[in-house]
Amino acid sequence: MTRVRILQLACIGAVILVVELLCRFGIINRFTMIPPSEMVLALADVITTAPWFWSDVSYTLGNLAAAIALSVIGGFLIGLAVHAVPRLRRVLDPIFTSYYSVPTFVLYPLLIVVFGIGPTSLIVLGALFGIVAMIVATVTAIDRIPRVLLKVARVSRLGAVRTALLMKLPAASPHLMTGLRLAVAYSVIGIIAGEFILSTEGIGRRVALAYNNFDNQTMYALLVLILGFAIAVNAMLGAFEQALHRRWYRA
Amino acid sequence: MSTRGRWLDYGFLVVGLWLAWMLLFQWAGSEALSPPGATFRRIGEYLGSLQFWTHAAATGLAFFYACLVALIGGLALGFVLGANRLAGQVGEPILSSLYSIPKITLYPVILLVFGLGVSAKVAFGALHGIFPVALFTIGALKNTSPVLLKTARVLRLKPLQTARSVLLPAALPEIVTGLRIGFSTTLLGVLIGELFASDQGLGFILIRAMEAHKVLDIMALTLLLFAFAALANTLLLAAERRMHRR
Repeated sequence: MTRVRILQLACIGAVILVVELLCRFGIINRFTMIPPSEMVLALADVITTAPWFWSDVSYTLGNLAAAIALSVIGGFLIGLAVHAVPRLRRVLDPIFTSYYSVPTFVLYPLLIVVFGIGPTSLIVLGALFGIVAMIVATVTAIDRIPRVLLKVARVSRLGAVRTALLMKLPAASPHLMTGLRLAVAYSVIGIIAGEFILSTEGIGRRVALAYNNFDNQTMYALLVLILGFAIAVNAMLGAFEQALHRRWYRA
Repeated sequence: MSTRGRWLDYGFLVVGLWLAWMLLFQWAGSEALSPPGATFRRIGEYLGSLQFWTHAAATGLAFFYACLVALIGGLALGFVLGANRLAGQVGEPILSSLYSIPKITLYPVILLVFGLGVSAKVAFGALHGIFPVALFTIGALKNTSPVLLKTARVLRLKPLQTARSVLLPAALPEIVTGLRIGFSTTLLGVLIGELFASDQGLGFILIRAMEAHKVLDIMALTLLLFAFAALANTLLLAAERRMHRR
């Protein structure tokens, strides 16, 4: 397992090294891309000196937190309701299977018309991206609760609340976690993309602004920041998810 | 479930969506939303106008090339990483984390490399589509029954022969799933590219309608794109189910 890790790091390192060399020898010119080492230095520079940095970061993170909360809590509740009414589930099923095949993002212009340019339309966009993943995961999670656990609950004479909290929730947690990870990933994409296309504040908008001003230093610094953040969050949630799955489905 | 019951469910869905639309329209007003009837008339006008079809053709062309690149690239990448166990173990996590990043932030880089035009849209669409195709291909190859591979070895098939006559047929159903998902993410990529920076295409007229605050146009275009994507998805899903049954 560790050998795989080492090879992975070696691969990533090699790619970065090649890009660095291509930039240093001028095969990729500076107007297209700056060397990776300079990107990191530029990021440090942006964090320490740019006056807008912390306010834009907190704007983006605040919207992101709201969108994640909306999609996770809303998706969980809707998932419970959908699972409880089989008819509703059958009716809505075509929407769930084709939801991620339609470009949800084209709703953003409409959201801007309805909510105006600002945090509300961004949060709604992020939540719209994430919520269906959470709904589907919740329905799957309840489906996969082993029947035997419910029987055990009945034999132990647990009440409805304690059955839900002590039996159903832990048994459903691996799939709920999958939904949470997807909802977070989709919300990040929705929020950043929304800021990037049209927004007044936020890190995504700073990238678009830097691109328009030919400010490659700032642009690549922020790219490193955003991609690093997305990969780190995803890796963390993924590791947690796998740990849960392993605990429950030990062969 | 009976066919009649299923059609009834679809009927409920359509009626429910229509009702939700009317209620939203009542609540938000004509400043923010357009009523269903007028929107469908506008869609009809779009479908009859030459200008719409030139933009649709621009999007379609970029989408076609992007799909081609994503498909071929994804399959090649998937076969290379899926056929070798170690390469798969090393490459798959890297690919799946690349799949989950907000790729929109890479669009400026692509614009800097390819310049404003069709090639940037193609590259951006392909960037969205290539990862799901590759990931599903790797997954499909990993699940190929070892007996098939042993048979191929016993018959002394060369690697290319093995890939063509053993691996590909065995993995085809799952690969088709990957293609379906790659298809929709590629469409998303092309459209986002057009929304941000472009001089023609459906994404371009959508963002122009938004700047002019033409609610009716926005709704009609959004609905058209949704309908196209959902239709394509349904067709591919049907093909996929037939494959899986075989």
